[in-house]
Amino acid sequence: MRDIAIVSFAQFNSPIERQRNEVEMIMPVVGEVRDRISITKDKIDFVCSGSSDYLAGVPFSFVTTLDAVGPWPPISESHVDMDGAFAVYEAWVKLQMGKIDTALIYAYGKSSPGDIRRTVTRQLDPYYLGPLWPDMHSIAALQARQLLESGQITEADMAEVAARSRAAAAANPHAVVSGTESAEELLAAPRTYDPLRAHDCPPVTDGVAAVVLAAGDVARELCDRPAWIRGIEHRIDPHALGVRDLTRSPSAAAAAKAAGVADGTVDVAELHAAWSHEELLLRRELGLGDDVDVNPSGGALCANTMMATGLIRMGEVAERIWAGNADRGVAHAASGPCLQQNLVCVLEGE
Amino acid sequence: MGAERVAIVGIGQTHHTATRGDVSIAGLVREAAQRALDDAAMTWSDIDAVVIGKAPDFFEGLMMPELYLADALGAVGKPMFRVHTAGSVGGSTAIVASDLVASGVHKRVLTVAFEKQSESEAMWALSTPFPFSPPMHAGAGGYFAPHIRAYMARSGAPDHIGIMVALKDRLNALKNPYAHLHEPDITFDSVKDSFMLWDPIRYSETCPSSDGACALVMVDESLGDDAAAAGRNPAWLHGTALRSEPTLAAGRDQVSPWAGRECAADVFAQAGITDPRKQVDVVEMYVPFSWFEPMWLENLGFCGQGEGWKLVDTGVTEMTGDLPVNCSGGVLSSNPIGASGMLRFAEAALQVRGQAGEHQIDGARTALGHAYGGGSQFFAMWVVGSAKP
Repeated sequence: MRDIAIVSFAQFNSPIERQRNEVEMIMPVVGEVRDRISITKDKIDFVCSGSSDYLAGVPFSFVTTLDAVGPWPPISESHVDMDGAFAVYEAWVKLQMGKIDTALIYAYGKSSPGDIRRTVTRQLDPYYLGPLWPDMHSIAALQARQLLESGQITEADMAEVAARSRAAAAANPHAVVSGTESAEELLAAPRTYDPLRAHDCPPVTDGVAAVVLAAGDVARELCDRPAWIRGIEHRIDPHALGVRDLTRSPSAAAAAKAAGVADGTVDVAELHAAWSHEELLLRRELGLGDDVDVNPSGGALCANTMMATGLIRMGEVAERIWAGNADRGVAHAASGPCLQQNLVCVLEGE
Repeated sequence: MGAERVAIVGIGQTHHTATRGDVSIAGLVREAAQRALDDAAMTWSDIDAVVIGKAPDFFEGLMMPELYLADALGAVGKPMFRVHTAGSVGGSTAIVASDLVASGVHKRVLTVAFEKQSESEAMWALSTPFPFSPPMHAGAGGYFAPHIRAYMARSGAPDHIGIMVALKDRLNALKNPYAHLHEPDITFDSVKDSFMLWDPIRYSETCPSSDGACALVMVDESLGDDAAAAGRNPAWLHGTALRSEPTLAAGRDQVSPWAGRECAADVFAQAGITDPRKQVDVVEMYVPFSWFEPMWLENLGFCGQGEGWKLVDTGVTEMTGDLPVNCSGGVLSSNPIGASGMLRFAEAALQVRGQAGEHQIDGARTALGHAYGGGSQFFAMWVVGSAKP
């Protein structure tokens, strides 16, 4: 396979973006991701974006947001109704074909204007599950409950994840939530979606993320220490919750195996775990040991820009490789109820 | 094209109709996918990855339908990818799927596109108020009618051209058992006398609202050779291209968009086509309103600016002409929106495989599949051939 790397990353997250529409929110981030490596838009060979019409509340919402990259003259471009991490996958495939050398990927979502708990129910089976309008926290709670009752995790384990993430987020200017509470203090909070407490759930977040991918020597010119994609794989599980063992995520395990997570030491992992118990489940499915630094950014528990959360995981790992703080890392993205669909990317410095 | 040659060995579609009340969304996509697998002499377990496309999610009230459709499309445990561009989505989806083979990432890819328009009302789903933006139109026809009027004014095309295109496509549809509209009694006068919807677009010059799905199986060169050896001639991919431009830009030409011209030039260059009019045997282009046929003929470079309507007028684009366009009946006869682009790509592939049945053009060796979307700003195209590139 051709060597492709993440060479630039920019993000913006806010608990609520009141002033700017999506295009206005995206433009500075796309500008920043280009400026960081001094690349002009005419040197970008392919653009791919990720977003959801259901967050914007209009069909074909990505049509107007394309303005943010200035597609004039016309550009080679595509869009996925998936997390931006999957847009990276599409661009990575294009780059593998050997005819282009660079790609810009952006993803965005504003969850604050609507009731995100109701909106996300629309991704459920429209005949049997969707009509019940089960909100996303309640569905996550089912998975947490099964993990707890099967004895695989404890509520204290979940609180430890939340406490560690909130403390880490204090050092991340892009996080929208942080805290210094101990796990014991967090456990004293009431359950909001039994067995979940507020700190076990992701915050509503508006935001954008963007990365630039480059191949081979072009990547080396643009970046002192490119974060090379050594493996990028995704898999999907059945949709219906009733046919799945919710204490497992076979698709996450299969993607991690195919991406080669176990082929070397993992220094850092950024996991798209929007609820605290998901981190515990994913650590096991991805085969990450206790020595792995998981979600040093604070993770999705502290900033959950839907449609960009997975892409941000990739950027966070890449930044640590550029800085020399890590040599090999894992970025993970998820979609669907109870981690139905999972993407795993292994990034490595030279 | 990438390092690997790509062969289209399986093609399937549903019978397109106003309401497929007998099947769920899962049943609809599975029907097309099963037909494509049967055509490819494959089973679900042979497939490495599934790529699904449709747009927009609003039409069925289902967000990210790939999640719910993973089971129906046999994707469990496999990679499943979702493409969402505008009206061009069926074409973009086929291109993303072909990239997976061309890049060497996978050997056997199933791609599916669909729309079940009966689940909602597309015209109003397309007319939602955008915050901070003035309401511009009701339905797609209201948006495109001014572009057509501009074309008529610019080219001096007479009023009957649109009627001729509509009549041709609807008559062609009589030869396609999968087409939504079968109107054996249609005449020039019946089209002309149909009521004016969005001047100059008459009712009979407008695409229907359809339920339907389309599926393709694409494989690498070695598996394509195997299919050929077994007597199942594949369509070989000779080029793919995508181009996008903004909805609004100073100097933007909505009648013959820059992105469309660039996309066509790119895909023809990849396929080694220097004179499209001579070298392309048959075209499946995205014509949701009759007048887009002459407009796209010019945009794609089949003739000079202002000449497209003359090709229509002289019968060049009829099945008996030297550049047959939309022998399947096109979007004017079946429009499951998310699948319409892939249907164009699939019909182009059927032609070069010699499997288009009654609407087959004898000896078709090179075909263009074309899709567009948004405000004439998103383009997806592929060229397929009966011979290897």
